Amino acid sequence: MPYIPHTEDDVQAMLAAIGANSIEDLFDEIPAHLKAGKLEALPDGLSEMEATALMAARARQDAGALCFIGAGAYEHHIPAAVWEIATRGEYYTAYTPYQAEASQGTLQTIYEYQTLMARLTGMDASNASVYDGASGLSEAVLMALRANRKSKSNRVLVPQTVHPRYRQATDAICSNQNVELVSVPFDSATGLTAVDALAPFAGEDFAALVIQQPNFFGALEDVHALTDWAHANNLLVIAVTNPTSLALLAPPGEWGTQGADIVVGEGQPLGVPLSSGGPFFGFMCCKQQHIRQMPGRIIGRTVDLEGKPGFTLTLQAREQHIRRSKATSNICTNQGLAMTAATIYASLLGPAGLESVATHCHANTRALVNKLTAINGVSEVFSAPIFHEAVLRLPRPAAEVLPALAEKNILGGYDLGQDYPELADCVLICATETRIDADLDAYATALKEVLA
Amino acid sequence: MSETLNHQLIYELSRPGRRASAQAPKALPADAVADIPAALRRKQKPGLPEVSELQVVRHYTNLSTRNFAIDKQFYPLGSCTMKYNPRGANRAAMLPGFLGRHPLAPESHSQGFLACMFELQEFLKEVTGMKGVSLTPMAGAQGEFAGVAMIRAYHEARNDDARTEILIPEAAHGTNPATAVMCGYKVREVPVNKDGDVDLAALKAACGPQTAGLMMTNPSTCGVFERQIDAIAKTVHEAGGLLYYDGANLNAILGKVRPGDMGFDVIHMNLHKTFATPHGGGGPGAGPVGVSERLKPFLPTPIVGKDGNTYRWLDQNDLPQSIGHLSAFMGNAGVLLRAYFYARVLGREGMIRVGEYSTLAANYLLKRLEAVGCTPAYPQRRASHEFILTFAKEAKELGVSAMDIAKRLLDYNQHAPTTYFPLLVPECFLIEPTETETKEALDEFVDAMVKILAEAKENPDLLKGAPYTQPVRRLDDVKAARELDLVWKDTV
Amino acid sequence: MSDIRPELRYAASHEWIRLEDDGTAYVGISDHAQDAMGDLVFVELPEVGQKMETGDEAGVVESVKAASDIYAPVSGEIVAINEALEDTPELVNQDPYGDGWLFRLRINDKADLDELLSADEYREQLESED
Repeated sequence: MPYIPHTEDDVQAMLAAIGANSIEDLFDEIPAHLKAGKLEALPDGLSEMEATALMAARARQDAGALCFIGAGAYEHHIPAAVWEIATRGEYYTAYTPYQAEASQGTLQTIYEYQTLMARLTGMDASNASVYDGASGLSEAVLMALRANRKSKSNRVLVPQTVHPRYRQATDAICSNQNVELVSVPFDSATGLTAVDALAPFAGEDFAALVIQQPNFFGALEDVHALTDWAHANNLLVIAVTNPTSLALLAPPGEWGTQGADIVVGEGQPLGVPLSSGGPFFGFMCCKQQHIRQMPGRIIGRTVDLEGKPGFTLTLQAREQHIRRSKATSNICTNQGLAMTAATIYASLLGPAGLESVATHCHANTRALVNKLTAINGVSEVFSAPIFHEAVLRLPRPAAEVLPALAEKNILGGYDLGQDYPELADCVLICATETRIDADLDAYATALKEVLA
Repeated sequence: MSETLNHQLIYELSRPGRRASAQAPKALPADAVADIPAALRRKQKPGLPEVSELQVVRHYTNLSTRNFAIDKQFYPLGSCTMKYNPRGANRAAMLPGFLGRHPLAPESHSQGFLACMFELQEFLKEVTGMKGVSLTPMAGAQGEFAGVAMIRAYHEARNDDARTEILIPEAAHGTNPATAVMCGYKVREVPVNKDGDVDLAALKAACGPQTAGLMMTNPSTCGVFERQIDAIAKTVHEAGGLLYYDGANLNAILGKVRPGDMGFDVIHMNLHKTFATPHGGGGPGAGPVGVSERLKPFLPTPIVGKDGNTYRWLDQNDLPQSIGHLSAFMGNAGVLLRAYFYARVLGREGMIRVGEYSTLAANYLLKRLEAVGCTPAYPQRRASHEFILTFAKEAKELGVSAMDIAKRLLDYNQHAPTTYFPLLVPECFLIEPTETETKEALDEFVDAMVKILAEAKENPDLLKGAPYTQPVRRLDDVKAARELDLVWKDTV
Repeated sequence: MSDIRPELRYAASHEWIRLEDDGTAYVGISDHAQDAMGDLVFVELPEVGQKMETGDEAGVVESVKAASDIYAPVSGEIVAINEALEDTPELVNQDPYGDGWLFRLRINDKADLDELLSADEYREQLESED
């Protein structure tokens, strides 16, 4: 019996202690007509060896392509120590740290993580993470509605330069509470959200403005001007950022004269593998005055009976297990393991290492753009400065070119036509520090052949 | 001395200029980023720790040892299903082909992964008796959200928009009411009888044209099977409401009873409980949802379909009425792969045994604890896979709370059960031993409780000061909340 | 036994109210309520100028393990809040009927006070709950 230890003698002794004749007797309170049948659609059980071989064959099927897709998930080098430590049983098989005295390892790790994220984003506080960047944005929107006391509105301004899937998820999660996401068009020359595009909304009541930096196109928004516009119009600012970029870019806490109010984003670039989209983790940080409106688990440093420092869950009265229908969110988990990996990753990289990674990604993407735009009919679409991702226009629809590249084992980028019909011949490309010159050349050669 | 080291934060180990230099690519000249305007650049480096690779490895390895974990201790947390997390599942999910797959990789480069996901959907349908499954919710709470959002979408699609209330038994997990509110509903609580079943008369009175649905857990959070489930389903359905199954306690009935056969329209499963994926110190989990035929059009996207021998994503184009995407990609794929491995190893027979042996273990532990003087909350009932003890008598007579007993258990190297939940039983423990613990492990827990109950009589102060053997004594939660210290501040 | 003051009126939800000569009234939570909550760590108060109907949610008191809504015992307009509670919520524990008051209300109709419990009636309620 896989993973069940009981011998026949054990079972008999246990039944005797219970005073039951058979295990089936233990289900005697369940109406007989509800008992399940034989579950015939389930296969026979396998040994570990067999199940592993089956899955190894499946995994091999999907391996081997050169990936130039970013679009919210980035292939970075992950130091060997990161997951060797994160999957130690003591981290891997522990529960939520409700028994603080027996969970100091997890709790201190989260406190170190909160410190890490606050420092990267330039904010006062961080929670222990939420599911991912997209659901994190939905939590940030709901949080902003609670936190903005100057606004009575259920509307939030969301530029089209914010990741389309973040917008979709946020709409799916928030629309049941009558939250309206109001779209702001982007400038077709720069690829940016122009402050002018916000002007028509001035004087209206909105709870917040979302600003993604770098935006979905990889372009760098004028975050200072956008932030100041929002604050001048009584909107809170929700920043969506990539943590790798924060090694180089101004932290949201320093945007404009007052800084962003809430910061969220996808934490995956910090030591979490692509892994088909999860588990990743969403980070969520905020200014001091909004802490009580922040959802999710939060760890505080305190002392024990003897005055010794230690860590514990705090501000729990916001959470569903106490506040029930009035909780800030129904969320009960954080993405603990992924967040642990990120904390280890950031410690191994340090400020100089993370900056080096960011610089290499940026330089590689720039080099790739140069190689690809040397091909006839391929050009860069937007004029704004970028970080580590760029949009290229192709002489043919991306929906035709990308499958042809995939046949050559080049995953050539993200087809922007899926979300922006006017960009149907455009791809969003990314080359991280893991791509070497030969990889970039392989892409250029393949593209040349496909377009020929 | 190692104690002192352990207390230090990674930031306190930092020394300017120290690096784990093997871990980053060689620095490039500064002009590599010259095209990024100065106004958009960071002025000061972020205060990340500057430490060596060995320091990092030693620090986090030492930190990890300051945790209880299933790999180290018996962990009978009620409602959390802390069963063994097979190492084989971890290795399989960490295969390079799975780890390296970009979430937006084309289907041509995803057939292996999609095959696993398609089969997992089919397994979950069979074992729950539901007609459609989406794997995408990233945790139980997100599964709950998806479930209630589908209930709302169903009523709206029928223009049945006067339904404003979700009914929830008072013993329910806090997520249930929190979720209902996130989906724009009002919550009405339904009382529970002294024997742990729902008060059917009160339910009937509460049901009406305003009822969108009922959320319930079965076996309930009282650790007993809801015997009137047929009548409950009939009552809610006749009022035009739908029935939501919170899969928190699915381990109790896995392979024995299927939520679909009990009349539930929508369920979520916690794969980090029932399918043995790790809890990871608080996450990640996975909370797939299953639905009856009438809710299939509303499932969250994406789900995996199969055309001939080719697997493909079904998205908004295929499911135009879907409640949509709940995350950027497809969910916690790595958790789903671990659950897939577990399901393959268990197979048909193993799956049936889960419910049987988890129930055997719980009933055995209950009888043994009752025999040594513990007070069950529902003595006349069979335990499901978990059960409730109440220490109201000890609290009143000895001044020893359930929390004191829980903390003392840590000194006996036993993780404490869930305390003070459900709220309607005073001074309670909710105990769930799971099917993967030996009889000896259960007996050791009983031995520890015997000693603690004796200590409670002889020296109650001993319990009030517990624990004594952990890295820290009891922590000052009040100070933590009043004087918030959430991030480390030093002079970097 | 908890402290119950004869000069106050009580709500069944454990708020007390004390009418002043100027037609305003102080509102707080009872000694019993603060004791049941345990050490308070946060108090959320209404905004000055807010208009309340009887039974409206007027704030929240939080301890480490619980959170409880505060309801307006009578209708009226908020004219002052106890700002000291922002940094020292423990005042509610230390002096629930004095420095731990929560807010001051200009009440709409003094007759509303008659709907509330007297000290004796409140004591009876607590005894029956026990």
